Amino acid sequence: MAAVLPMRTAAETALIERYHTEKATLPGAAEARAVAFARFEKAGLPSKRVESWHYTDLRNILREVAPAAGETQALSALDFENLPHRFVIANGRLAEGSAPEGVEVLPLSEALKAGRAAIGAAMGEAIDSVVDLNTALCRDGLFLSVKGDATLHLAFAEFVEDRRSVMPRIIAEVAPGASLTLIESHTGPEGIAYQKNSVVELLIGDGAKVEHIRLNAGGDKALMLSTLAAKIGAEAELTSLNFTTGGEISRHQSFITYAGENAKLRLNGATMLKGRQHCDNTLVVDHAVPHGESRELFRSVIDGEAQGVFQGKIIVRPHAQKTDGQMASNALLLSDEAAMSNKPELEIFADDVVCAHGATCGALDDNQLFYLMARGLPRVEAEALLVEAFIDEALDAITHDGVREALARRVSDWMRARKES
Amino acid sequence: MLEIKNLHVEVEGKKILNGLTLTIRDGEVAAIMGPNGSGKSTLSYVIAGKEDYTITEGDILLNGQSVLEMAADERAAAGLFLAFQYPLEIPGVATMTFLKAAMNAQRKARGEAELTPGDFMKRVREAAAKLGINLDMLKRPLNVGFSGGEKKRMEILQMSLLDPSFCILDETDSGLDIDALRIVAEGVNALRGGNRGMLVITHYQRLLDHIVPDTVHVMAKGRIVKSGGKELALELEKNGYADYVEAA
Repeated sequence: MAAVLPMRTAAETALIERYHTEKATLPGAAEARAVAFARFEKAGLPSKRVESWHYTDLRNILREVAPAAGETQALSALDFENLPHRFVIANGRLAEGSAPEGVEVLPLSEALKAGRAAIGAAMGEAIDSVVDLNTALCRDGLFLSVKGDATLHLAFAEFVEDRRSVMPRIIAEVAPGASLTLIESHTGPEGIAYQKNSVVELLIGDGAKVEHIRLNAGGDKALMLSTLAAKIGAEAELTSLNFTTGGEISRHQSFITYAGENAKLRLNGATMLKGRQHCDNTLVVDHAVPHGESRELFRSVIDGEAQGVFQGKIIVRPHAQKTDGQMASNALLLSDEAAMSNKPELEIFADDVVCAHGATCGALDDNQLFYLMARGLPRVEAEALLVEAFIDEALDAITHDGVREALARRVSDWMRARKES
Repeated sequence: MLEIKNLHVEVEGKKILNGLTLTIRDGEVAAIMGPNGSGKSTLSYVIAGKEDYTITEGDILLNGQSVLEMAADERAAAGLFLAFQYPLEIPGVATMTFLKAAMNAQRKARGEAELTPGDFMKRVREAAAKLGINLDMLKRPLNVGFSGGEKKRMEILQMSLLDPSFCILDETDSGLDIDALRIVAEGVNALRGGNRGMLVITHYQRLLDHIVPDTVHVMAKGRIVKSGGKELALELEKNGYADYVEAA
């Protein structure tokens, strides 16, 4: 029986045409791009019929593809205290920055042309249409080779005056025993429906340590698609936090594969949504080898008519004995119209593992609020105190004090803005 | 001074307080005793400003001013303090952070300047020492994992730091062993005096051996059915509430 393919949408047709038009000028990785494009051409944009995209119907959301953003100077970008090394990536291209010792930084276009960067290597067994699109069409980004102990801030900033699309990609190779703190921040103009599809790949060598923090402070009309793909070596550690307050529609996906034994993963999320924002955190943690440990903690605060989504899948392969996985997603709904969809999944094929998941959804506790108010805290302050404490547990994973404080401040600013509106 | 005048209160259509009238003068310590279900805890929540109750009739005045239109935080800033029967656990909020937020919120509401960090710490250290509270405990999240005795001591610490003009102690003896009871009662007694009035709500005479009241009131079926001096508590301990419940 022949498979019935739905008709191509205008966006799908435009993306396919874009690839054919640009193919000859795309920097490097021609073979990987062709494979990714062929998969995309066959599957199209993921619709709600695709299980992993059920709650974020991209085929329906992305009606039209915006033209690619042009080159620009970095006009302004986010800064953190105590982070001396910042690279500004303006409209998807490296605009300025200086590398700390122990890190080699190249524009991704150069690294791909020189065959230095293996695009898609961190994806493991995972296949995803949005990543395929980025692989096929990305023009630039950064290649990082980390051999020492480095802290880097990648400040992604969009400078566009109308609807544009950007598809940057970061590929970081962290050598065995090296350590990297990587902060990516994303900012862009308010009121402009720009489209972003960013992918960060981390290849983490044996015994290496990576702390990754992503801040989504995108514009209020932006479509923010992002992916973290990581392959973790033996005895290595990865901590990653995705902090979202921005974007109209956001989806952050994490594909983590254990490549060596005794690796540790901490994957956290902190999401604060209001108005009609939508944010989807989807993760697939693939325990492909024994003795892996994973901890996932996602906290969402949802106000207005906003919608949160959490999909967490932990796969334990047949030989991955002694896997220890704990996953939790907790949501606090601040209004009657706010909604949260939680979908935790465990796929366990080994018999000697400890895995658990939990998901909760609820309002602020009236009794706790009354207690705080009875001590003199006005309602808005009492609510802010409870919300800050709730989110703070997810921020706990961050060891960089300056960034942690900056994010905590964003939480209280968000609550203050809520009070004023 | 706290004046409760002909107070009628309902919860979801069910009448809990039924024309309760009681005046507690400046500096007076009054005890309310009564059987389970007589409405004692409801009374304390209604005075403190919990929102789940409908007041159908009557008034509550603190120092001559009606508090019924005030939110719980405004009542606190006006000088009211409720020591909870079951203090709430607040995960993620360090006790010290909470104490500072509460003290400064009340100061702000009264138009006073915020405490300096040094002044705040000095006050906390002194008050904690009197109650035998270790400062390390104040770094922990508020009431999380605290024992019953620790929670009640924390209530008295807050009472002492917030310096209210009127205190309600709701079943402060519940969940306390004899030693903890003594420490808590000493803490309360240290705060007696001046114009500060207190309303002590309890089931048992036991607490009143330690916090000796000026007046004792018996509550049944949502109102005060008998008032007297401290000897009334002893009589109740001997004869029980049955006579009063029947009469109510």
